[in-house]
Amino acid sequence: MHLASTFTISFRALRRNAMRSILTALGIIIGVGAVIAMVSIGNGAKSMVEAQIAALGENVLLIFSGSISQGGARSGSFGAGTLTVDDADAIQREVGTVIAVSPEVRTGAQVLANGLNWSTQILGESADYLGIRQWPLSDGTMFSEADTRSVGKVCIIGQTIVTQLFPDGSPIGQTLRIRNQPFKVVGILSAKGLSVQGADQDDLVIVPYTSAMKRVTKQTMLRSINVQASSPDTIVKAQNDIIALLRQRHRTNEQTDDFTVRNQEEIAQAATATSNTMTLLLGAIAGVSLIVGGIGIMNIMLVSVTERTREIGIRLAVGAHGSEIQVQFLTEAVVLSAFGGVLGILLGIGASEMLSRINHWPTLVSSTAVVVAFFFSAAVGMVFGFYPARKASLLDPIDALRYE
Amino acid sequence: MAAVVQLEDIHKIYDSGEVQVHAVRGVTLQLHRGEFMAVMGASGSGKSTLMNTLGCLDRPTRGRFLLDGVDVAQLDRNELADLRNEKLGFVFQGFNLLARTTALENVELPMLYGRRRVGAREMRERALHCLDIVGLSDRADHFPSQLSGGQQQRVAIARGLVNNPQVLLADEPTGNLDSKTSVEVMGVFQQLNEQGITIVMVTHELDIARYCKRNLIMRDGSVVSDIAVTNRSIAEDEMRRLREAESAAKLTA
Repeated sequence: MHLASTFTISFRALRRNAMRSILTALGIIIGVGAVIAMVSIGNGAKSMVEAQIAALGENVLLIFSGSISQGGARSGSFGAGTLTVDDADAIQREVGTVIAVSPEVRTGAQVLANGLNWSTQILGESADYLGIRQWPLSDGTMFSEADTRSVGKVCIIGQTIVTQLFPDGSPIGQTLRIRNQPFKVVGILSAKGLSVQGADQDDLVIVPYTSAMKRVTKQTMLRSINVQASSPDTIVKAQNDIIALLRQRHRTNEQTDDFTVRNQEEIAQAATATSNTMTLLLGAIAGVSLIVGGIGIMNIMLVSVTERTREIGIRLAVGAHGSEIQVQFLTEAVVLSAFGGVLGILLGIGASEMLSRINHWPTLVSSTAVVVAFFFSAAVGMVFGFYPARKASLLDPIDALRYE
Repeated sequence: MAAVVQLEDIHKIYDSGEVQVHAVRGVTLQLHRGEFMAVMGASGSGKSTLMNTLGCLDRPTRGRFLLDGVDVAQLDRNELADLRNEKLGFVFQGFNLLARTTALENVELPMLYGRRRVGAREMRERALHCLDIVGLSDRADHFPSQLSGGQQQRVAIARGLVNNPQVLLADEPTGNLDSKTSVEVMGVFQQLNEQGITIVMVTHELDIARYCKRNLIMRDGSVVSDIAVTNRSIAEDEMRRLREAESAAKLTA
C-alpha cells in the first residue's frame, strides 16, 4: 500500500473524531510544551550564570586566604589572614605569566554624603582591578597607581551608591565620608546588576587597597588577591606557579596550605554544574507528562481499534495484510503524537517567551530541545501505538466482520 | 472447461476445547465460469461456514479446495489475503461500506491493497467504471449515509467487482433490503452474470434464490440438494410488473 494513502487514511480517521484527537494530543502538547519551557528556563539560567562568570573578568585567578587551626578551633574561610601585600608583590614580580595583580581588602561601612548615609561594602583594590574584572566606568576615571602609593583619599563608586547618596547631580569631584575619612569620587562604575545569588553588585565603593588598609580597616591582611594571567593557555601554569611561590613564602605544603587558588574555569564549572542539574531535573519532570500523554494515546488507540473492528474486517476481507493494518494504526498514533509535538513546541516557545516577558526570567529556547522533543513525541506515538496496532493486525477477518 | 472453484470432501470442525462442532461434513462441488448459484439452508446448516471457506476467509479442516487452480489449504494468512484481493469479490448483508468515505473511495479500497501498484488515476477510472456498471456513477461523491440501502449495496457490488474477480461472493445481499430494492439488486447480479461473472450467494429467501441459475440446499453441514433452477425469475420483468402495479395503485387511489 502506498505511503500517501496510509497517511490519507490516518488523517481522515483522526479528523472524523476531531475533538477526541485534539484532546488526546493535548497530553502530548502539554508534555512537549512543558519540556521545551522547562529546558528554556534551565538554559536561560545557565547562560546568565555563564555571563556572570565571564563578568568576573578575563583569565582571572583568585587567591583566597584560607583557614587556620589554633588550639583545635578552626577559623572560617579568609580567617587565616595570611595573605599580605608582599605576597601580591612577589606574585607580580616572580610569576612571568601574570600580567596584573590587585590585592583585595573588603569591609562593610557606613558611608555619608550630602547629608545622606548608606551602609555598603568597601573594596580596597589596585589600579589594575577594573582591567582584571573587565568592568568599565560609566563616568570619570579610575584612581591611579600613584594614588595607591600615596594612600590617596579617592574612590570610585557603584551605581547604587550614586542613587542612594547623590540623588541629584553628578557625584564626580564630590566628597564621600567613610568612617569619617573624606574620599573624593573620581569615577562611577557601569551598572552590573544582580549576581547569581541575587546580591546587588553595584552596591560598593572601591578605594585604593593601601587607603583601605590604613584609613578604613586599619589591618594589614588581605582578604584575597585578584590575578590576571596573560592568556587562557597560561592560566594553569600561572596557577601552579603561584601555588609554588606561596608555599615557599608561607612554608606550607598541600596539607597545611593557608590559601586557595581558584581559576575562573573551576568557578564556572561549579556554577554551570548546578544549572545543568536544574535543567535536567526540570526536563525530567516535564518528561513524565510526555509519558502520561503517551498512555493517553495508547488508550484512545485501543478504543479506536475496538470501534473500528468492522472497518478492519472489511479491509482484511478485501485483501489487506495484517502488517498493513498495523502500519495504518501506527501511522495514526504517530501522526497524532507528532501533531501534538508540533503544537507543544509552539506552546513551549510561547510559554518561555511569556515567562521572560512577564517574570523577567531569562529563557533560552534550545533548538536541540525542540528537535529532540519533536522526535521524542513521534517516538512516544510509535511506542504507545504499537500495542493497539498489533492488536488490530491480529484480528480474524470473520470475527471482525461479524463484530457489532 | 476447468472449474473456477473445486471443493473435494470439505470438512470444517470448530474445536472450542470441550465441544467439537462439525459445521461442514464432506461437501464436494464444482463451480464453473458463468454460474450463478444460491446457497440456502436454515441457520446452523453450515452455509455461512461454506461461504467463509469459499471466500478464503477461513481454511477447511480437511479436504481440498482449488480456487482457479490454486490449492488454498497450502496458503498462509497473507497469501490468502492476496488471493481474496485478486480473485474474489465480497458483498455483505450489512453492506459494510466505510462510513464517511465516499462511494468512489469505497470502491477504490481493494485496489489500495493490491500487490500490483495502481496509480491514482487508474484507480479512479476503474472505480468509476464499476460504479457505472451498477448505475451509480452520478453518486460517486456521496457518502454511504447519503445513499439508500439499495444504492449502498450497489456500491458494495461495485467494490466487489473492481479487481475483476473470478467469483463474486454475496452473503445474504438482500437481507437488509425491502422486496422492491431486493429485486433491483438481483437485477444487477443477473446483469453481471450475463456478462460472464461467476456469482455465489447465500440467501434464505426462496423467491430470491429463484433469480439464480443453480440452488444448493444444505442441512447439518451436508449438501442435500443441488439443482438447476427451472422457471427462473427475471428481475427486469419483475421490476416492470412492480412499476405497473404501483402506477395502477396510484390511478385507482
